[in-house]
Amino acid sequence: MNSVVCISHVPDTESRIKIAADGRKVDEAGLKFIVSPYDEFALEEAIRVKEKSGGGDVTVVTFGPDRAQQALREALARGATKALHVKGEASDADSLGIAKVLAAAIKTVPHDLVFLGKQGVGTDNALVGPMVAELLGYPQVNVVTKLEVADGKLTAHREIEGAEEILETPTPAVVTAQKGLNEPRYASLKGIMAAKKIAIDTKSVADLGLNDSDIFNQRVATVALELPAEKSGGKKIDGADAAAAARAILQYIKDEAKAL
Amino acid sequence: MPGVLVFTESSNGKLKKASREALSIGRTLANAAGGDLVAFATDAAAAEDAGRYGAKKLYVANAGAYSTESHTAALAAAVKEANPAILLFGGTSNGRDLAPRVAARLDAGVASDVDRLEWIDGKLRARRPVYSGKAFATVEVSGTPAIATTRPNAFPAEEAGGGAAAEVVNVSFDAGDARVKLVDTHTPEAGEMSLAEADIIVSGGRGLKEATNFSYIRDLAHAIGGAVGASRATVDAGWIDHQHQVGQTGRVVSPNVYIAAGVSGAIQHLAGMSSSKHIVAINKDPEAPIFRVADLGVVGDLFQILPALTEEVKKAKAH
Ligand SMILES: Cc1cc2nc3c(=O)[nH]c(=O)nc-3n(C[C@H](O)[C@H](O)[C@H](O)COP(=O)(O)OP(=O)(O)OC[C@H]3O[C@@H](n4cnc5c(N)ncnc54)[C@H](O)[C@@H]3O)c2cc1C
Repeated sequence: MNSVVCISHVPDTESRIKIAADGRKVDEAGLKFIVSPYDEFALEEAIRVKEKSGGGDVTVVTFGPDRAQQALREALARGATKALHVKGEASDADSLGIAKVLAAAIKTVPHDLVFLGKQGVGTDNALVGPMVAELLGYPQVNVVTKLEVADGKLTAHREIEGAEEILETPTPAVVTAQKGLNEPRYASLKGIMAAKKIAIDTKSVADLGLNDSDIFNQRVATVALELPAEKSGGKKIDGADAAAAARAILQYIKDEAKAL
Repeated sequence: MPGVLVFTESSNGKLKKASREALSIGRTLANAAGGDLVAFATDAAAAEDAGRYGAKKLYVANAGAYSTESHTAALAAAVKEANPAILLFGGTSNGRDLAPRVAARLDAGVASDVDRLEWIDGKLRARRPVYSGKAFATVEVSGTPAIATTRPNAFPAEEAGGGAAAEVVNVSFDAGDARVKLVDTHTPEAGEMSLAEADIIVSGGRGLKEATNFSYIRDLAHAIGGAVGASRATVDAGWIDHQHQVGQTGRVVSPNVYIAAGVSGAIQHLAGMSSSKHIVAINKDPEAPIFRVADLGVVGDLFQILPALTEEVKKAKAH
């Protein structure tokens, strides 16, 4: 069973976000980048599917600047077998531009399944997975918490409001990973050493037969990035007298929030 | 006049809250753009409700129960007929599943999970929380249609007043072969309200000490008519299902009232709830970071305060 996993390289979730001088992007200076957490679930699932099926490749693909190679190295160290880096400033493309690049890249790699995280942490769009599915003409199962693959079809649990749907579809298909799908493994020392020997294939947007003007045309363009207004600091009360505290909370909910 | 088309969903014959919210902001945008508000549904029964929110027409395609593929085909056909300048989706699971797929089919841009929308100089301008609410991006969507998914609770649902039922326009479409089949639906905790739609959320953290003590949270949530939230520490400990997790790797919520008890307020938890309109925190540690975002902080023991509050709420509701 062959899988492709699309991964993105994003600022660590602990990071303090600073705005760049242009007022539209994040200042990357001093930021630590990681594999986007949902992509870790996607990768882990692809590795498990491969192990269960007794072979095949797990190819990790990323579209991003030079630093994004680190994400591919990390994925290789965890058990991916091949890596493809499409070089480009992905943050200058919108989600559809990114999806077009990924879909074109995926077509160059043999696969039965395509995995992505349900969203990239940071940009938080949750758009690329279904867009890739549409561009490839594949069925999609989004926000998946459990997956079984057998006999050319998959069964997946999809998280919806307060419930879970169990869906079935033939492969090839696109699956986007939600937390809970699995517990991602760490890279072993052996894995890290082995990963160093794997050459990362690199391509440009043009190599994939795509036009920069379509990928970077910014149907959705960021005009400003701002930090939220600091909270003015709320009121703090002593709750030693539980009944009095309870009344104060209720008063607040009624008067300020106009709830109840 | 090209106007605004809103994808709507119903449950039990009524428009879902997310759809009503999307219609309400859609009406404002249609007025600004000088076009009509129209809606899409898979059942003509939504015509009356849609009319109440100001929709002039309801495009109906008989696509059946939700499936990404059939709904993509149906909605794309409606877009062709209605030719809207703006296409909106309420930010439900299905709305967020469908919007990007339809966008890719139409080669259009999407602003997702937006909490502000404006029509300025012939363009859709949206604000959306990024980095889990640590920053806000203002984006402009060009091209036709300009698509957005709305964040639950960000836009108040307001009826238009005096709206007649929307005129039903039947849309034919080619469903093709929908490959994804729904086999079953599991509702793990039937009767509990989902986080996304709740106006009030009561969340518990590791301060609850053990799984059974989630009853303190549930009791209050039940009394107050809210949903149950949880920190990741409690989910990882197996005290409660992941469906309830609020935060960076859980749900991002913005209810009217968020009550956090025994939650320290780690940055990844704050990421999921700091845009709530009114935040109440109960924690015995006066230095807990949750107090930095709380509008009302109570330094004290949740095991004393929660039951007292549940009683007060019950009393208030009985009046
Ligand atoms: C990549 C990543 C993603 C993450 N995603 C999330 C996420 O989505 N959501 C999330 O919540 N966390 C997330 N976390 C985890 C987060 O960092 C914290 O570990 C977690 O939120 C802590 O949960 P807690 O507040 O319940 O527990 P603790 O931090 O242990 O806090 C317990 C609190 O309870 C208080 N307390 C104890 N007893 C009482 C009492 N009797 N009365 C009142 N107060 C009491 C204590 O003072 C303390 O403040 C993530 C972490 C990482 C690294």
